[in-house]
Amino acid sequence: MKNNSDHKYVIETHTLDIYYGSFKAVTGVNMKVERNAITAIIGPSGCGKSTLLRAFNRMNELYAGTSIKGEVLFEGQDIYAKEVDPVEVRYRIGMVFQKPNPFPKSIYENIAWTARIHGYKGNMDELVENSLRQAALWDEVKDKLHQSGLSISGGQQQRLCIARAISIKPEVILMDEPASALDPIATLKIEELMQELKKQYTIVIVTHNMQQAARASDYTAMMMLSGEGERSGTVIEFDQTQRIFTIPKDKRTEDYVTGRFG
Amino acid sequence: MKEKAIVQGFANNLEARNRKGLIWQVVFQASTIVGIIALIALLLNIINGAFGYVAYEAKVDPDTLAVDGVAIQDQNQEQLVARLQSTLSKGAYNKLENQKPFAERSREEVYQLVVERIIRPQVVEVWNLWLSLTQADEIRAALAQEHPGAELDFVSWLTYDFVSRPQTSEPLTAGVRTAILGSLWTILFTILLAFPIGVGAAIYLEEYASDNWLNRIIQTNINNLAGVPSIVYGILGLAIFVRTLEPLTSGEVFGLVDPTTANGRTVLAAGLTLGLLVLPIIIINAKEAIRAVPRSLRNASYGVGATKWQTVWSHVLPNAMPGILTGTILAISRAIGETAPLVVVGASTAISFDPSSPFSKFTTLPIQIYQWTSRPQEEFRSLAAASILVLLVLLLSLNASAVLLRNRFSRRF
Repeated sequence: MKNNSDHKYVIETHTLDIYYGSFKAVTGVNMKVERNAITAIIGPSGCGKSTLLRAFNRMNELYAGTSIKGEVLFEGQDIYAKEVDPVEVRYRIGMVFQKPNPFPKSIYENIAWTARIHGYKGNMDELVENSLRQAALWDEVKDKLHQSGLSISGGQQQRLCIARAISIKPEVILMDEPASALDPIATLKIEELMQELKKQYTIVIVTHNMQQAARASDYTAMMMLSGEGERSGTVIEFDQTQRIFTIPKDKRTEDYVTGRFG
Repeated sequence: MKEKAIVQGFANNLEARNRKGLIWQVVFQASTIVGIIALIALLLNIINGAFGYVAYEAKVDPDTLAVDGVAIQDQNQEQLVARLQSTLSKGAYNKLENQKPFAERSREEVYQLVVERIIRPQVVEVWNLWLSLTQADEIRAALAQEHPGAELDFVSWLTYDFVSRPQTSEPLTAGVRTAILGSLWTILFTILLAFPIGVGAAIYLEEYASDNWLNRIIQTNINNLAGVPSIVYGILGLAIFVRTLEPLTSGEVFGLVDPTTANGRTVLAAGLTLGLLVLPIIIINAKEAIRAVPRSLRNASYGVGATKWQTVWSHVLPNAMPGILTGTILAISRAIGETAPLVVVGASTAISFDPSSPFSKFTTLPIQIYQWTSRPQEEFRSLAAASILVLLVLLLSLNASAVLLRNRFSRRF
């Protein structure tokens, strides 16, 4: 894949449909993800938010029977093109999952392994420290780097996963409800961290929590089941977060963000 | 507690529900107890056969072998060698000398030879442990009447000598070393064949193969193969390893044996046959173990741009290894107790020399046990009982080492 950042938008989708087998889970999504901004995807359960997010770095291909129509452009290039290796896509577009999933290795090794598989030859201690610092975790774990990554708290584990993701310097970080399994304090830490990270990275986050989207994101995509007999999810409104929460154009968005339904 | 007021439409049935639960609990307990009783009965039966009185008569009365008033068991080495030289035929004596010069043998070994070749004790009758304990007096009385010259000893058929001696046709001196070594050699080749291929196939089927009709047929048939009677594998092994691949399994292609006498009925052929037999078991268990690795771990790996191979090698396999090893333990236990396919493949029934290479003729413990139980003489059944104890110990120690190995794997974080 070429490396150019001349494009205004980091990720663009054009009439993107996503299928599970013959079931069309997501229909006709047109979205533009702004550079160095946080884009939130919100909507009720089961409307295809995570499915859409996974399509951005081809993680959906790991689930049997998924396929897409339309295109997903990363820096202007179709990531589903034949000559594109999905491994490279995931290298450049990192992901943080809903449930913290550190490798069952030491904290140090979680980052070192990740760097090593991409052929990192530099100073490993330095890389581990920098990554943990960027993820605001260093002070909490610097004395137990060689303990299991699973021995720390859930919030710390999630920040370890973020440290792991940024250790290989991706261009985009996709976050799939990264705070939904965490308590409010840990959630706040993750949100502060996101504000710090967006200076260097482009972030797309799926969230159930509307306050979180309102607090933390710059742009918001509102998803809802619609079309095809209300069984397929689509983005019904996409705008700056402030506008989505104050002057939504769509009645359904208004109902949802004001808590009248959903 | 005060009883809850009856709400209309609901019956107060807590007591009945508890009673039902209790009945099922008793049923489950009873099933467990039946299983335990069966196990205990099995063990008692074996122990009953492995210990007890044995009456034997010497062909030559040891008292007649005394020299100058020194009993045979107190004589020194030279006297014993002289006795052998004078009693045995020249040919027999020279043969023993050729096997190992008498000068190099210990006094104990020479004495054993005197016992085996000259005194030659013969078993007259054996009694199992139960009879030996409950009717000792009757046994003594009957023996004194029928065989006045016989000696009565309470013996354990399972002794260190029994484990360390090679097979012979004399029950009193027979051992199972040949069979133990045969079993170990065979299992070695079984593992070498079945473990890598089984795990490899499981990785392919779980991680790489797409879900199409061909792969589904393959998976179904692997499951079916696990249920094929073991004798069928014996026939397969005979056709493939013993006959078709004879040059390989006999060691001929390596120039180890003369092509005219090459024989595929070797440790290697047996090991490979048992390997085929347990392959489906290993594949099925390894597949289960690999499938049990949580998706979140795979996601974590793929999510940082790892390739499939890096994910499998660094995360899936290490995490599935305890489960894979558990399946392998089951498979080894199955293989080590198999008899039927080895009979077909051609285990030797009476060999007294140890297997020393993959191309040796062999016997295994189950074959030996089968052999001895089918003899009409009572004493061989005692030998069989002792061999079963050896087989159980061998099985338990192999399993224990596999469990230790498994625990080492699962302790990592």
